[in-house]
Amino acid sequence: MTLIITGTTISIPSIKQLEELSGENVKLCMQCATCTGMCPMAAEMDHSPRMVMHLSQFGMLDRLAGSNTYWKCASCHACTVKCPRGIDIAKVMEALRQRVLRKNTNFIEPSALSAERIAELPQIAMVAAFRKLTS
Amino acid sequence: MKISYYPGCTLKTKAANLEAAAVASLAVLGVEVEEIDRWNCCGAVFSLTADDLIHQVGPVRNLVRAKEKGADQLVTLCSMCYNTLARANRIVRDDTVKRDTINRFMDDEIDYAGEVEVVHMLTFLAREVGWQKIREAVKVPLTGLRVSPYYGCTLQRPADVGIEPFGSFSLMTGLLEALGATVVPFAAADTCCGSYQVLNGEGGAKSTAAVIINDAAQAGAEALATSCPLCEYNLGKRQEQLITSGQVEAPVPTFYFTQLLAVALGVAPESCLFDLNDAASLALLKNKNCLVAA
Repeated sequence: MTLIITGTTISIPSIKQLEELSGENVKLCMQCATCTGMCPMAAEMDHSPRMVMHLSQFGMLDRLAGSNTYWKCASCHACTVKCPRGIDIAKVMEALRQRVLRKNTNFIEPSALSAERIAELPQIAMVAAFRKLTS
Repeated sequence: MKISYYPGCTLKTKAANLEAAAVASLAVLGVEVEEIDRWNCCGAVFSLTADDLIHQVGPVRNLVRAKEKGADQLVTLCSMCYNTLARANRIVRDDTVKRDTINRFMDDEIDYAGEVEVVHMLTFLAREVGWQKIREAVKVPLTGLRVSPYYGCTLQRPADVGIEPFGSFSLMTGLLEALGATVVPFAAADTCCGSYQVLNGEGGAKSTAAVIINDAAQAGAEALATSCPLCEYNLGKRQEQLITSGQVEAPVPTFYFTQLLAVALGVAPESCLFDLNDAASLALLKNKNCLVAA
């Protein structure tokens, strides 16, 4: 994917919002891709964690609008503990989810779960998934 | 010795085997378990956004319950509860602004400033009971049982609440060795099982679980030990599906570490609620003569 970065593609407000939500400075990222290497879900993701960080650095979040990457993140913190720049990448992924969820949007629909599935799943699976993937 | 104990929601139902085996084991070791009053769900996952304090109220209320009891430690069994409570505790202890906001919001509660230490059972066993005492209390050594200690994510990450440093598995290794088992280290011991992604499409959580089970099998393990009900679900209860789909070649039964502790201490298998595990789990222990005679 070629990134064409101009004064009109960079969004300073988006960078600011992401940093406020996550508490992290995404500009520290040096694009080493250790996060992608550590991520157990990388193979399932539309954009690698490194690419998400790259787009985040320029506030180009529109490019991530349809991406499944931050929805596939399981908040396992494997990226966070290995980031040589000390960025808590799991918090950046959470911020990207929250930008969507805070508009009263659900990514998964709890009411679509069948009674059999609810009876089978451990409670923490549901509590965790609803906390991370619904508004 | 008496401990204040926080169970969490899953340990009263789907993961009652994790709790029952722990309580029975601690009774053998002379530790009295006092469940805190009026506990509530910890939230399962720690809220990672900087401005979201409301989701810290749930875990902090549990810590207030422990403080009210005069406890200086709160012991947990579930890895996710441990992580969520320990991280909320760090916020209240280290961030005075957030602490004041949370305390003002919970004006019906006593003020809380992080006085209670959140302790995982593995840490408690190592620190307060000790491997030597456990070794001496073993009645049915798990001789010949090749077990891989599986930590997953939340026991070790992030580093400020990890029960031991990232990449080190000495606590569960020490326990399993004290029980007489053969510990089989494996590369995927801290790889995420897929966690709550099990509710977000079929692919992700299955492929991560398959990596872990296959890696343990290739290392020579015949069982996995865990402390998380969600790991146990993804790796254990769904293992048969993974075998059927061809993602997993050889079965590797899963146990809670407390169940292995309990059977080694001579607790009757019925008290360890093996019916909540995959059927292969109890069969393996029978096959290895790791169960006390009826």
